[in-house]
Amino acid sequence: MSDTQIWIIIAALGVGTFLIRFSFLGLVGSKPMPPIVVRHLRYAAVAVLPGLVAPLVVWPNATDGTFDPARTLAALVTLAVGYGTRNVLWSMGAGAVTLYGVMAFQTLI
Amino acid sequence: MSISISKSPFRRGVFDALPFLIIVAPFAFLFGVVAVEAGLNMAQIIGMSVAVFAGASQFTALQLMQDAAPMVVVITTALAVNLRMVMYSAAITPHLGQASTLQRVFLAYFLVDQTYALSVSRFEQTPEWTLAQRVAYFFGAITPLYPTWMISTVLGAMLGTQIPDWLALDFAVPICFLALVGPMLRTPAHIAAALTSGFAALAFAFVPNGMGLLIAAVLAMSVGAQIELWQERRGQAQ
Repeated sequence: MSDTQIWIIIAALGVGTFLIRFSFLGLVGSKPMPPIVVRHLRYAAVAVLPGLVAPLVVWPNATDGTFDPARTLAALVTLAVGYGTRNVLWSMGAGAVTLYGVMAFQTLI
Repeated sequence: MSISISKSPFRRGVFDALPFLIIVAPFAFLFGVVAVEAGLNMAQIIGMSVAVFAGASQFTALQLMQDAAPMVVVITTALAVNLRMVMYSAAITPHLGQASTLQRVFLAYFLVDQTYALSVSRFEQTPEWTLAQRVAYFFGAITPLYPTWMISTVLGAMLGTQIPDWLALDFAVPICFLALVGPMLRTPAHIAAALTSGFAALAFAFVPNGMGLLIAAVLAMSVGAQIELWQERRGQAQ
């Protein structure tokens, strides 16, 4: 990707993200959104992030795309602890411990 | 009056935001590391953190750039990650919508997961606060977060190449994202949307140019919205 393209992406993301944040605060004001819009927006983040992560978990770059038990297990533990504790830090910590634990175990056997 | 530890709203905002630094600092550091790997120079890395100031979408953009997706797909998908902020903007407007235009420009720029979550919960607890106090609290909350985000980004970009392979830093991004997603799974609809997103992204991985992720995201949003609708109707029927 060329330097110019990278800068265009940065600028577009900057402007777009600002307009998203400014939408109601600056432009619409305290007017209710149509329920169908709210209903979709609520799921925007959980609709993108798992899809972004799934291929990185199942086909990791670091192992040239072959299935890796350490990474898959770490991913499942991270998600489960995050869901169970509602705590981002515990979740990250549990994922890291699992990843390093299983990788250390793999080098031993 | 009792000798209470009375804090100005600004200082209270600063104080309330401090615990978030434990997450923001490593997340920003990691962004710097990954951005260098993706081929961005220091000016572009800082530029992106200043212009966008939204971690998850910045990572999304980097990932798609590394996959050599077309610019339109990079921009659309990364902005989709930020669409949740429309709701933040709507939720915070009853509290801060009367601020001056210049203030609202800055409030909008600094509207991130943390400032939104802190402000809305604090403003609901303190309905007696004036507009000026609410604005002060919000700017207080961003005061430790913003410099930490910027400095950690730069540190990550500078030190990232020295991190040894055995640390498996490639997997820090998936772990960070999953750690963010886990607590978001509040309802069956959220869980269904997340599962749809993950499995559909794998199923559509053959679709070139990062379009598979966009398809998965649209599907997942519809699934979440539809399940919510069903549950609402079932609740009304009972």
